[in-house]
Amino acid sequence: MATIRVQREDFDAAAESTALARGRMDVGAVVSFVGYCRDEGGRLATLELEYYPGMAEAEMARVAREAESRWRLIGVTAIHRFGKIAPGEQIVCVVVAAAHRGEAFAAAEMMMDFLKTRAPFWKRAIRADGAAEGWVEAKGEDDSAAARWDAAG
Amino acid sequence: MKAVYFAWVRERVGKAEEELEPPSTVTTVGDLIAWLAARGDGYAHAFEKPSTIRAALDKVHARHEAALAGAAEVAFFPPMTGG
Repeated sequence: MATIRVQREDFDAAAESTALARGRMDVGAVVSFVGYCRDEGGRLATLELEYYPGMAEAEMARVAREAESRWRLIGVTAIHRFGKIAPGEQIVCVVVAAAHRGEAFAAAEMMMDFLKTRAPFWKRAIRADGAAEGWVEAKGEDDSAAARWDAAG
Repeated sequence: MKAVYFAWVRERVGKAEEELEPPSTVTTVGDLIAWLAARGDGYAHAFEKPSTIRAALDKVHARHEAALAGAAEVAFFPPMTGG
C-alpha cells in the first residue's frame, strides 16, 4: 500500500527513505528520487504549482499501483508539493523499497515518468527580471519517456 | 454537471468552476469542448486549440471521444507539468 501525499510544506526525503526500510528484514534496496526547482541560469525567481485536489492524489496512487503490478515492491512513497517553490527547494519525491535494486530503480524511474505526464500539476514560472510570468509548457521528451514504459508493458 | 478549470484554461475562462447544462446533443468530451468554445471570448480563447486541451471525468483522465454520460464532474486543463 503506497503512501501518497500532496502538500504545501517541504518534506524530508531521507526520513521517507529510512521509514520504508525500518524494522524490515526483507528490504534489500531503497531507491529515492528528489526533483528540485532549478533557477534556469538565474532567470527563474519562483515556481507556483497549481494542482487538481482529489485527482492529483488519485492519479499518484494509480501510478503507484501500476508500479506495484509490474514489480515486486515492498514499499512505495510519493510526495508532491504545491504552492510557491523557490530555486533550490524540493518539489517531488518518489521512494521505492524492494528486495533487489533492479526493481527499485526501474519502479522509481517509471513512477517519475508517469507522474510528470499523468499527475494533474501545473507550473507557473515567475521570472527573476520581472518579465511576464507564464505557464511552463509540457515537454515532448516527457511524453516519450512515459511512452517507452507503455511499449515495455 | 460541474465543470472545473485549471492553469491557463482557468485564467482564460475567467473562473475556476461552474455548473454546466449542455444540450442533449452534447454527448462527448469533444462535443463539450466545441460547445464551450462558442460561449464567448474567454471560452473561445481557452478552447481555441482543442488538441492542447486535456480532460478528466470524475477525476480520471478522459479522451475527447469519451462519453459524458453519468459524469458528475468534468475538468479541462493544459498538458501537465508537474514533477
